[in-house]
Amino acid sequence: MILWIAATLIGMGALAWAFRYAGQQITNQAPKFRDMPFGVAYGYVLAAFCLGWLVWAYMQGRSSDLATANKFFFLRIGIEGFIIFAIAAYLFRLAGRSIGTAWTRKMFREMPLTAAFGILIILIYAFVAIFAGQIPAKFIAYSASLGLILCIGLFLVGAPEKRVQAIGIVAVAFALTLAMYFIGPIAPYGQEQIIPGVAANITPGGDPALGGNPDFPLGTDQIGRDILSRLIYGAQNTVGIAFATTFLAFLLGGTFGFLAATFGGWLDQILSRMVDVLMAIPSLIFALLLMTIASVWAPRLGIPLTVFMVLIIAVIDSTRVFRLSRAVGQNIVVMDYIEAAKLRGEGFGYIIFKEILPNATAPLLAEFGLRFCFVFLTIAALSFLGVGIQPPLADWGTMVRDLAGFVNYAQFAPMAATAPLLAAGAIALLTVAVNFVVDWMLHKSSGLKE
Amino acid sequence: MIEPLLKMRGVKIEGRSDDKWNPIINGVNLTLNRGEVLGLIGESGAGKSTLGLAAMGYTRDGVRISGGSVEFDGIDLLTASAAVKRDLLGKRIAYVAQSAAASFNPAHRLIDQHVEAPMQHGLMDRSESEEDGMDLYRKLRLPNPDEIGFRYPHQVSGGQLQRAMTAMAMSCRPDLIIFDEPTTALDVTTQIEVLSAIRDIVTRFRTAAIYITHDLAVVAQMSDRIKVLLKGDEVETSDTRTMLSAPTEEYTKSLWAVRSFLRPAKPAVVTGTVPQLSIKNVDAAYGDTPVLHDVSFDMHAGRTVAVVGESGSGKSTTARCITGLLPPTAGQILLEGEELPASYKKRSKDQLRQIQMIYQMADTALNPRMSIGQIIGRPVQFYLGLTGAAKRKRVDQLLNQIELEPSEYFNRLPSELSGGQKQRIGIARALAAEPKFIICDEVTSALDQLVAEGILRLLADLQDDLGLSYMFITHDLATVRAIADEVVVMKDGRVVEQGPKAEMFTPPHHAYTDLLLSSVPEMDPDWLTNVLKERGVDNIGDAAVDKM
Repeated sequence: MILWIAATLIGMGALAWAFRYAGQQITNQAPKFRDMPFGVAYGYVLAAFCLGWLVWAYMQGRSSDLATANKFFFLRIGIEGFIIFAIAAYLFRLAGRSIGTAWTRKMFREMPLTAAFGILIILIYAFVAIFAGQIPAKFIAYSASLGLILCIGLFLVGAPEKRVQAIGIVAVAFALTLAMYFIGPIAPYGQEQIIPGVAANITPGGDPALGGNPDFPLGTDQIGRDILSRLIYGAQNTVGIAFATTFLAFLLGGTFGFLAATFGGWLDQILSRMVDVLMAIPSLIFALLLMTIASVWAPRLGIPLTVFMVLIIAVIDSTRVFRLSRAVGQNIVVMDYIEAAKLRGEGFGYIIFKEILPNATAPLLAEFGLRFCFVFLTIAALSFLGVGIQPPLADWGTMVRDLAGFVNYAQFAPMAATAPLLAAGAIALLTVAVNFVVDWMLHKSSGLKE
Repeated sequence: MIEPLLKMRGVKIEGRSDDKWNPIINGVNLTLNRGEVLGLIGESGAGKSTLGLAAMGYTRDGVRISGGSVEFDGIDLLTASAAVKRDLLGKRIAYVAQSAAASFNPAHRLIDQHVEAPMQHGLMDRSESEEDGMDLYRKLRLPNPDEIGFRYPHQVSGGQLQRAMTAMAMSCRPDLIIFDEPTTALDVTTQIEVLSAIRDIVTRFRTAAIYITHDLAVVAQMSDRIKVLLKGDEVETSDTRTMLSAPTEEYTKSLWAVRSFLRPAKPAVVTGTVPQLSIKNVDAAYGDTPVLHDVSFDMHAGRTVAVVGESGSGKSTTARCITGLLPPTAGQILLEGEELPASYKKRSKDQLRQIQMIYQMADTALNPRMSIGQIIGRPVQFYLGLTGAAKRKRVDQLLNQIELEPSEYFNRLPSELSGGQKQRIGIARALAAEPKFIICDEVTSALDQLVAEGILRLLADLQDDLGLSYMFITHDLATVRAIADEVVVMKDGRVVEQGPKAEMFTPPHHAYTDLLLSSVPEMDPDWLTNVLKERGVDNIGDAAVDKM
């Protein structure tokens, strides 16, 4: 075995040398090949090998021999998913470039493919989360009146081109909501609905030969609930709660962080030491402890446990936000324009919101993306441990826990092993998408080029 | 005829921004003979440094040489392989960067960095190279040459570091050294030491050099020939004396003319008038370190007081005391005879309005996220309570005053302005408060000479129109000569001398004022030689300062 590896490495080395030599001869000593270090040539060969292996593995995954195909099943899904998402993102960006206002068209023109992918995924998640269940008529009435107020408000103060945009957005949103009202919920079944007469643990894939059922394309869970429906409702619960939590964490951490940076002195000391104490306790264990206490209080006070969870995670995560915004704020506070504002006699509100905050958006946005993912994972972890989002509400973390056992079948029945991975995949996809978008926004707002 | 050492023919260089290649240098020719020093001058953005680097066959990231040829001693540097260049750079071509502090690795001793190149190129072994290094340190007149190499970069001063860097460039006895603004970041008194050391060693080893700078007086001392660049094009080249006495091109003449800006002196202040702002026996400290000792001087309405001194002399600290950012530990600050509260937090809005400040770095003085309209509009609204159309009208008026077209600049962000325009916005923001007294903290030191002159003229005109008084902090005595009515010289937190400009520029001076004045480079190419002769070569620099 070791002999094999050594032989391959040496063979690749020879190939790399030959590649560089051939390049030099063919291009007649172009600087690119002439000054190419051996390591770079080796890198090219290695990359070619990896690509070759991926193609080979993909072909194996598509082979008709089930035993061979099963071995490469997940790799195949991964590659297909990658290609499909890339094409979807490309089409989405193409559409964005030709539809919309001049501003959005310009934005899409300058957007990298990764950001287009991120936005597409986030839009899909948002759409799914909002329209998971049947939307009540009340919701339409509320949102319509809100949109109307927005329109009227913009008409009174906004610029003419902004009015047209606002009306366009409100009209599209309203039409979509109305359409979805009549079409009905996206989820085919309810999240807690145990469908009578249907077996539990139907394999995803819908192929009866492998234990699937075409009516339940993603199968059913261990007590016979439709996994697809639960995934869709899970978006509503998990993403919504994660967003609210992150927002709250930023409100808390950001406010106190900037206050500490601007005031300095004793306020900074007190706040920072408090945060140090909170950060010294392992966060997941601390959250677990507080959640256990909260689970006793919640029924007594008549407040849902989820509210406690949002508050607890927000406070714990706000310590990280505090540190960041304090550090960023301190860098900005020493700038001459802050000194100019202080000498002008400006109050702290003006200095924090008008002078510091706009200059801190880039790092804070990046942190928001990361923090959102961490909060999301914390909620999933808490749910996995049984103290997070409570059944029968669908939640991705709980779904992974409940179906985790199926992963053991991965070797001979990959379809069955997919069941827990669906929810895990949903989490991963959103995490990647959010980070892509945040990276792009950071890149744009920081003015980085190349 | 002797073949020149460096021959650059029709060099074109492009830089990448906004996804396209923009020209930086459009076909410049350059020839350099052995042992010759060529001065390269121009404003920032003229492509001086880019051309200097191209002489080594090197470009920064995102920049490429798109045409022409660079031939060093018969070797074409643009087509040479990496191996050939590796052998040349450091050994036969060396580079001295503007900021020695940023170019030395702070984690290694000076001598350890010095020996790298000779050892790498196999010219000397370590002990030979160390000895040679000490010898060079001695030739560059560094104090304690046998010992200084074993210090870390942060343990020596900026001027010494710059000389150590020159020694490092000399370590392989290269044929060509490129000096990229080696003295720009230094005080005048330090600059003169570095200049004389560089000139000395370049002559001694007959090294050819390209000396890049934007300071004409400096280039006049250092170079045999001068080449003037403007926006990537060559304006003219000729030998130093001809260039100084008879420049042919309009642009060169305008560069030379900058130094001639001079305001007529104002009549002396009537004795007994209450000064607009007066500093009385002020002491100040950062923590437990005292920085100001018994500073007192007066500033009268409609006049300019220049406060000069090298860095660390307490000029800016005095300004911080006046604005109230650093409450003095003793003494008073009086505004029109009334004592001001020590801290800005306790001053009234009107007191704050009266004293405005213009900063050295316009980049950090303007909030990069606010538009020009917002930056200037804020004090208008804050102090005068104007809003809506009235505010807009006032901002437009201010923009006109600083000679920027309102409709074009109102919505721009600071990043969309040039350095000089940013400084003008800083002035407009100070004017917006309708103050009586403005502190100008090194407002022109980050700007090119032509731009700086524009700013000085603007400030002078505004003073005439609005009757403002300025406290002008600077270390550039040419600026003082141009704009000041009274001069205050500071050193180590004390006022060493003060008085009207005419008095200050005529002898007899205080010893320190004398050193300061004689260290300011003049356009005369023999200036450096004469000054050194006067002081006695061994006596310059550190020794002279220590004697104070």
